[in-house]
Amino acid sequence: MQDVPRKRGVLHRHPRLRLGLLLSPPMLWLGVAYLTSLAVLLITAFWTTNTFTTEIERVWNLDNFRQLWNIDVYRTITIRTLWIAVLVTVVDALIAFPIAFFMAKVASRRWQRVLLIAVLMPLWASYLVKAYAWRAMFSGTGPLNWALDPIGLHLGYGLTATVITLAYLWLPYMILPMYAGLERVPDSVLEASADLGAKGGTTIRRVVLPILWPALFAGSIFTFSLTLGDYITVKIVGGTNQMIGNAVYDSALTGNNLPFAAALACVPVVIMLVYLAAVRRTGALDNL
Amino acid sequence: MRDGAVSPSIRLTDLAKSFGSVRAVDGVSLEIADGEFFSMLGPSGSGKTTVLRMIAGFEQPTAGSIELAGQSVTDLPPFARDVNTVFQDYALFPHMSVAQNVEYGLRVKKVKKAERRARAAEALETVRLSHLADRRPTQLSGGQRQRVALARALVNRPKVLLLDEPLGALDLKLRREMQIELKQIQRDVGITFVFVTHDQEEALTLSDRIAVFNDGRIEQVATPRELYQNPKSSFVAAFVGTSNMLTGPAARAVFGREGTLSIRPEKIHLGDVPDPGASTVTGTVREVVYLGSANHYVVDVDMPWAGDAPQLVVMRQNFHDSDDQLSRRGEKVRLAWLPEHVIELPGSSESTPIEETA
Repeated sequence: MQDVPRKRGVLHRHPRLRLGLLLSPPMLWLGVAYLTSLAVLLITAFWTTNTFTTEIERVWNLDNFRQLWNIDVYRTITIRTLWIAVLVTVVDALIAFPIAFFMAKVASRRWQRVLLIAVLMPLWASYLVKAYAWRAMFSGTGPLNWALDPIGLHLGYGLTATVITLAYLWLPYMILPMYAGLERVPDSVLEASADLGAKGGTTIRRVVLPILWPALFAGSIFTFSLTLGDYITVKIVGGTNQMIGNAVYDSALTGNNLPFAAALACVPVVIMLVYLAAVRRTGALDNL
Repeated sequence: MRDGAVSPSIRLTDLAKSFGSVRAVDGVSLEIADGEFFSMLGPSGSGKTTVLRMIAGFEQPTAGSIELAGQSVTDLPPFARDVNTVFQDYALFPHMSVAQNVEYGLRVKKVKKAERRARAAEALETVRLSHLADRRPTQLSGGQRQRVALARALVNRPKVLLLDEPLGALDLKLRREMQIELKQIQRDVGITFVFVTHDQEEALTLSDRIAVFNDGRIEQVATPRELYQNPKSSFVAAFVGTSNMLTGPAARAVFGREGTLSIRPEKIHLGDVPDPGASTVTGTVREVVYLGSANHYVVDVDMPWAGDAPQLVVMRQNFHDSDDQLSRRGEKVRLAWLPEHVIELPGSSESTPIEETA
């Protein structure tokens, strides 16, 4: 009589065991696959490659980081990448806000769904296809230059094209958190602002934007980090320009210098950590 | 007082609003006097909130006009109207402190900082929340948020304060307290209050006058007493308070005449006959509902024919607390009432079950 219910209630009576069973698979994945690979990356960065044998020498040193700091090219590339990431984030924020606002506050339920699908749709298409589509857009005889030609402008492959293409690629990642953030603002809060005498612009400045900051930062984490890590778009539409990702790729494959590539890869990691620490203070991480 | 006539605080003329094919408000005309506590009462979907939102400027009327203090505001946006709203969900700004919330209206109107502070402090004093000025709205209870919303609206000293079911989210005890407080504040500030509610008791408690809404139209505008004692339609009689409404043969059997007739449960005497001129019927107690201070008795009235008997609900105060004083289920009782307490209502198209069975 006693035994049966005892056995059956094991999980019920031991909430810790229940939690353990729930969390052990993802923790294993996170611990082994994710953190270990990051740790290996970090460790490798402190080793060197023998330039003659191209064998990795497992001797602890800071040579890679010293080189990174001392060689101008890498500093230029890092600063360029940072700029591109900032510009992409700003462009995305400026484009995403009106779209998200329209979706969350103006459009009918039906239109909301249509627009949500429209925003998500580019994510279903291959990254490469989209990048090459933009390559065609920017080509000398492409539609963009055909349109710009009458006003005497020409937009070829280069950094501007890279920013535009990346901004296009990551736009959904900015719209979605903003849309979610605006959805959580009741219409009555906007009405209250108008009711208390604020015009549209004042309401956006004093009420909507302050409430939306966390969502904006959440979106910027995506646009910023995705840009920092990208190396394909710049190859396709960036002309001869390089970003950190290209340098990592070249060191690892062309240069066959994995430790230096690892050290280079630490740069965006550090930038992101600094950015996240700054963003954390705004409470944006509660919104992810 | 020029011309000897004062413009009403609010004048609505043939106001209508359609959402697609739905006529939410269907020709509402109304005058609300200055300093009046005016309630718009009705079931959900009756158009009362839409009328309020049109006065505030959140909805554009499909037809008709809105005047505030004699001036047409029909086409003005909300920020240009001298009215303020207390929202059902309070609509406090989550990123601002209580004091900043209250100051907001003055701030966007560019009132100087010192005056802003002083007036906000005064408004918070009115709603007894001065000690919570630095809190965030999320750190407040429902009743406190309600008061902040009230202070935020009152600080602008509007001509009219609109309240959209402001007490709906509060529990009963707090709601009763807030009702009394609201009435007091309204008397103190002397501003016209337009109060939307679906709670008839709340409307009766608070209002100088009540407009009963049904299906986008006003059924009756009257003082609470008038509304309760002389409902002008069967809808009003049924919606405001509890009514024993009978029509057709049932009405003739019980009240002695045809028509739609109604009597309030507390006007019916159980057992005793108050006056030699009183009407009486006999019946059987079907159900006794204990309400604490009173009991409701559902009585099947004895009829000369077989079939479903009309029912009367009788309310009786529990003067005595011993159970044996109460009539029990199945017991034969005598019901009596004074003829003047029977309310005659205009015949309605709504058919009652009794009509069908008779």
